[in-house]
Amino acid sequence: MSWLKRLSQGLKRSAGRLGEGIAGIFTQRAVDAATLGELEELLIASDMGVAASGKLRAALAKRRFDQDAGGDAVREALAESIASLLAPCERVLAPDAAARPAVVLVCGVNGTGKTTTIGKLAARWRREGKRVTLAACDTFRAAAIEQLEVWGRRAEVPVVRGAVGGDAAGIAYEALTAARARGDDILAIDTAGRLQNKAVLMAELEKLPRVLAKLDPAAPHAVLLVLDATVGQNALSQVEVFLQTVKVSGLAMTKLDGTAKGGVLVALAERFGLPVHFIGVGEGIDDLQPFVARDFARALVGLEP
Amino acid sequence: MFETLSSRLSAAFERLTKRGALTAADVDEALKEVRIALLDADVALPVVKSFLDRVRNQAVGERVLRSVTPGQMVVKIVHDELAATLGGQAAGLRTDGEPPLVYLMVGLQGSGKTTTTAKLGLRLQSQARKKALLASLDVQRPAAQEQLRVLGEQAQVDTLPILAGQMPVDIARRALSVARLKGYDLVLLDTAGRLHVDAGLMAEVAQVRDLAKPAETLLVADALTGQDAVNSAKAFHDRIGLSGIVLTRVDGDGRGGAALSMRAVTGCPIKLIGVGEKLDALEEFDPQRMAGRILGMGDIVALVEKAKATIEEEDAKKLADKVMKGRFDLDDMAQQLAQLRKMGGMDGIMGLLPGVAKAKAQLAQANIDDRMISRQEAIIRSMTRRERRDHRLIDASRRRRIAAGSGTTVADVNRVLKQYLQMSDMMKRASKLGEKGLKRHGLAGILPRPR
Repeated sequence: MSWLKRLSQGLKRSAGRLGEGIAGIFTQRAVDAATLGELEELLIASDMGVAASGKLRAALAKRRFDQDAGGDAVREALAESIASLLAPCERVLAPDAAARPAVVLVCGVNGTGKTTTIGKLAARWRREGKRVTLAACDTFRAAAIEQLEVWGRRAEVPVVRGAVGGDAAGIAYEALTAARARGDDILAIDTAGRLQNKAVLMAELEKLPRVLAKLDPAAPHAVLLVLDATVGQNALSQVEVFLQTVKVSGLAMTKLDGTAKGGVLVALAERFGLPVHFIGVGEGIDDLQPFVARDFARALVGLEP
Repeated sequence: MFETLSSRLSAAFERLTKRGALTAADVDEALKEVRIALLDADVALPVVKSFLDRVRNQAVGERVLRSVTPGQMVVKIVHDELAATLGGQAAGLRTDGEPPLVYLMVGLQGSGKTTTTAKLGLRLQSQARKKALLASLDVQRPAAQEQLRVLGEQAQVDTLPILAGQMPVDIARRALSVARLKGYDLVLLDTAGRLHVDAGLMAEVAQVRDLAKPAETLLVADALTGQDAVNSAKAFHDRIGLSGIVLTRVDGDGRGGAALSMRAVTGCPIKLIGVGEKLDALEEFDPQRMAGRILGMGDIVALVEKAKATIEEEDAKKLADKVMKGRFDLDDMAQQLAQLRKMGGMDGIMGLLPGVAKAKAQLAQANIDDRMISRQEAIIRSMTRRERRDHRLIDASRRRRIAAGSGTTVADVNRVLKQYLQMSDMMKRASKLGEKGLKRHGLAGILPRPR
């Protein structure tokens, strides 16, 4: 199945609801302020936030539609606006090919799907013929190490682990040493989930890049922040704080196969302009897809890709 | 990140001058801001709409208390309705019935079910003195069963031995029979995270429910959830039938609007909240606190309540009448100071208001503190009745006497008199505002302005 099809399938349920809503509004009456208001509410319901939804509404209000313009024309226009907002964020995660290895640090709040995402990434890179090592630096959560090891076996890549409750930075250092010795292409580091308002835990995370830089001043080459699609406006604060702490270089959004629409990505694009590398659309090892702005935007408002 | 609701509301109300009862226009103006605040807090849109309708009905016609702004008044009404909607009183877990009682934990992936299961087991075992058995039915996520086993060990709560390859329904059956044989009071069944649109996995958990006949079916949900909270909670409730909600990550900096959404669409009480990563970080749910959090305000509500309790309508009217006649004497000032003290002094009042750091610093500079208030009261009490009615009588020798009587200095007495003059000056200005204007500004209008 093509990834495009998978994406639209993953988004279909949510998009369907949004799409029907729009069709309902526009087949019933001409485009007016009240309609725009209802449309704005649909955007808000996708977690886009009041501010970003208001901007999109304003952009849409400036556009001219035929008296009898149907929902499709408006939907097209809306998808266009969203796609143009998201387009600059569409960037593949391409770990530095010259680095041996390129270090990818993966972070985020608890339960967003960091470990699962790393497992999927490892499989993906393996398919591309890259040599990958994983580092299990979540030494806090019970059985987090075992969980990553299962993914390591599935993707057939080695996992460097330490003791439960051990020092995450120490394991990262060890893993980088090992990956260098093997001449690996990529080292992906799994970290413990942490809420961004826990200063102590954020300080611990901050230590990781510092320690890695002792071996390779360019490490980590990429810092991936994993966001859960069901998250609300708190995503803005998550990105802000993680960005300050570990210089996040890109985002991945997981769990887009439910009814959550992940509209907050639009607000994030406006505010931070960070690349969105991947979206997760299922629990299978292949359910990680590159983010494509146009498809995401069209699927979001219920249009075919 | 979020502007506080009260600061936005006061901006919205600056334009309005007429006071008394809240008009429909006043309320609508305020509710626009409340709507944004609720949406920013991730309360789901349909829930916001029906909620605002209820508030509108209550708020129109409500009298505005003298010492609070209409915005604060609306916030109070919104807060009370929020707390009522979130559930008036705390709802406990069902612990009666023939053992073993079964608690079934369900929810989306990554909501915190496994951690919550261990926390709940610990809580019931240590606080309710129930012997609990934890069992993980999660055969989806790698090492999920191992996670519960480790957590059980940490919490010193027994877990069902893991048998590789067993399916969820069979694990549940085994857990029940082990519990019966070994005399456990409670069995906590942790399930795999599942999407509410995953028909297969939803059917599976329904099967477990039918087998285990749980006393509690708890939806474990992330407090940071956005608009989708209504969809997932409703789907779980419709398909499985929930008895309560456990909200996790309440210690994050989200506003937790999902709590309101889920409570509203399912009608199920929020029974517990997770407030940290440690195993004892599970608390009872407090609707009042959550309401304040969702609105993202300082404790405006407490301020309004205090104002209600301390400021008597009659006093207000008497003062207003006096001011109308251009008379404000030192007795009135003493009365105002006493009221101020009753409301918790300057620090108390300022502490209740959000975003007053700047004003607080100014006050510190102007040396307005609680000790100063009682000193001022002492000075006024050392005056004769005639002096209090007419400050012009107070010459240099009377000032020395008053200072000696109140244990202060002549300079202190002078300062009080100067403040009195400033106040009565303000009173004159207030009288130009009219009675309604005075009632609106209340204490704020007559306090000496810090320089």
